[in-house]
Amino acid sequence: MNYLHSIGEYFLMLKGVFGRMTKRSVLKDLIFKEIDDLIISSLGIVAFLSFFIGGVVAIQTALNLTNPLIPKTLVAYAARQSVILEFAPTFISIIMAGKVGSYITSSIGSMNVTEQIDALEVMGINSLNYLIFPKVIAMLTYPFVIAIAMFLGIVGAYTAAVLGGFVGPDAFIEGLQDDFDPFHLTYAFVKTFLFAFILATVPAYHGYYMKGGALEVGQASTTSFVWTSVVIIVTNYIVTQLLLS
Amino acid sequence: MIEVKNIHKAFDGEEVLKGIDFVFERGKTNLIIGQSGSGKSVLLKCMLGLFLPDQGVIEYDGKPYTEFSEDEKKDLSKQIGMVFQGGALFDSMTVEENVLFPLRMFTKQSRSKLMTRVNEVLKRVNLDGSEKKYPSEISGGMQKRVSIARAIVNRPKYLFCDEPNSGLDPKTATVIDNLIQEITREYDITTVIITHDMNSVLEIGENIAFLKDGVLAWKGDKDQVFKTEDETVTDFIYSSNLFKKVRTAQLKGL
Ligand SMILES: Nc1ncnc2c1ncn2[C@@H]1O[C@H](COP(=O)(O)OP(=O)(O)OP(=O)(O)O)[C@@H](O)[C@H]1O
Ligand SMILES: [Mg+2]
Repeated sequence: MNYLHSIGEYFLMLKGVFGRMTKRSVLKDLIFKEIDDLIISSLGIVAFLSFFIGGVVAIQTALNLTNPLIPKTLVAYAARQSVILEFAPTFISIIMAGKVGSYITSSIGSMNVTEQIDALEVMGINSLNYLIFPKVIAMLTYPFVIAIAMFLGIVGAYTAAVLGGFVGPDAFIEGLQDDFDPFHLTYAFVKTFLFAFILATVPAYHGYYMKGGALEVGQASTTSFVWTSVVIIVTNYIVTQLLLS
Repeated sequence: MIEVKNIHKAFDGEEVLKGIDFVFERGKTNLIIGQSGSGKSVLLKCMLGLFLPDQGVIEYDGKPYTEFSEDEKKDLSKQIGMVFQGGALFDSMTVEENVLFPLRMFTKQSRSKLMTRVNEVLKRVNLDGSEKKYPSEISGGMQKRVSIARAIVNRPKYLFCDEPNSGLDPKTATVIDNLIQEITREYDITTVIITHDMNSVLEIGENIAFLKDGVLAWKGDKDQVFKTEDETVTDFIYSSNLFKKVRTAQLKGL
């Protein structure tokens, strides 16, 4: 019953977000600010994580390849598939649910408890549009983050596999090109767009509709992380089922 | 002029406002006083359209709010200035940007023209010099003043203040009171002020509504409020020692 109420409230919120628009010149500034806060500021951590995860995947695969009949090129193949299909889009998005998500929840939540949202409403501004729409638009650039994550994941795998002496550079490059299915990229980016939308709106929902004071803002951030992750994982399952099987 | 008629509002079945009738007059400083929790802020938020009253009518210059079209509601909100109890300044903006914000949202003039107005208003609340600071970098009293500047920058027709001078020293509080009164007369606007401060009542109480447990228990002006024999009012007003002494002196005919 409670969940149904929240889901309904979430969709009503979306209606408000795309409802009466804020003045264009103001929106433009807000969008650039959000790109800076949500996207640019996450690039460092994403690059770091992707590189090392790619490396670990390569080492794990190489260490488990004890059967001489299986070619060494499989190391690169396995790294490519796991990075493109899951590690970059899904794993990084879960990390972003913690970073970007809790930032969104706490910034909107603290505006909520200090009556800043009321102040916007009194001025006749559609606060849902003003606060959330720029975040949704800024998150349209999120696929670039994931593209960088994919690239650096594979660079990490190459570094670990070749420098670690598991595979020769030629074998790695060959494996990287084995059986490449471009549809896998389409699949990865379709889900990335969905995750971007979830990352902007689910945490915003938790901030906008929370009640209480500073303590509750902290709690809302935690709840928001849990729910954003859950929604991402479930969406991942559904999209995979629909597109790949 | 704003008239509220029979306003009822309940939260989770608990009635906070139990039928309030009052006329807030134009060109006057209208005060809402009463104990903490008596429903003052809720009444103000109903008037602002932030809460929908469960029952009752709110009329802006004779026209019920429920009869406003969407466009008219939007026009109305441009004519409203509000000073929130906690200031409600936008943390992500500097003092200057906070005050500029309503102008930027609703007018098409060039930025330099708007900045002239912003600086004029900031000067009026004695804040010239802090334009580039963020709300977290200025004192609570300064935040209140920025909030007042933001509320009046667009020359509103209706000005609402929720405890505009709480947390200020007596001198600044008086300055703020006088400022609000001046603006009210100068622009001939309808001003509604919630206050706990007996000094304010004494200074600017031109039309006072006294709320008690969600009921309008008394109304009158500053001269009447200190003469009334109504016990609920005297209980509230003379709870302060200073005013108790004044009262005793009065009764003795001093
Ligand atoms: N959003 C809300 N949800 C539930 N109850 C509320 C809400 N806002 C106010 N109340 C309740 O309404 C009652 C009156 O609150 P209100 O804020 O109007 O008091 P007040 O007279 O402004 O007090 P103060 O002088 O302390 O600001 C309180 O009991 C409060 O708990
Ligand atoms: Mg209050």
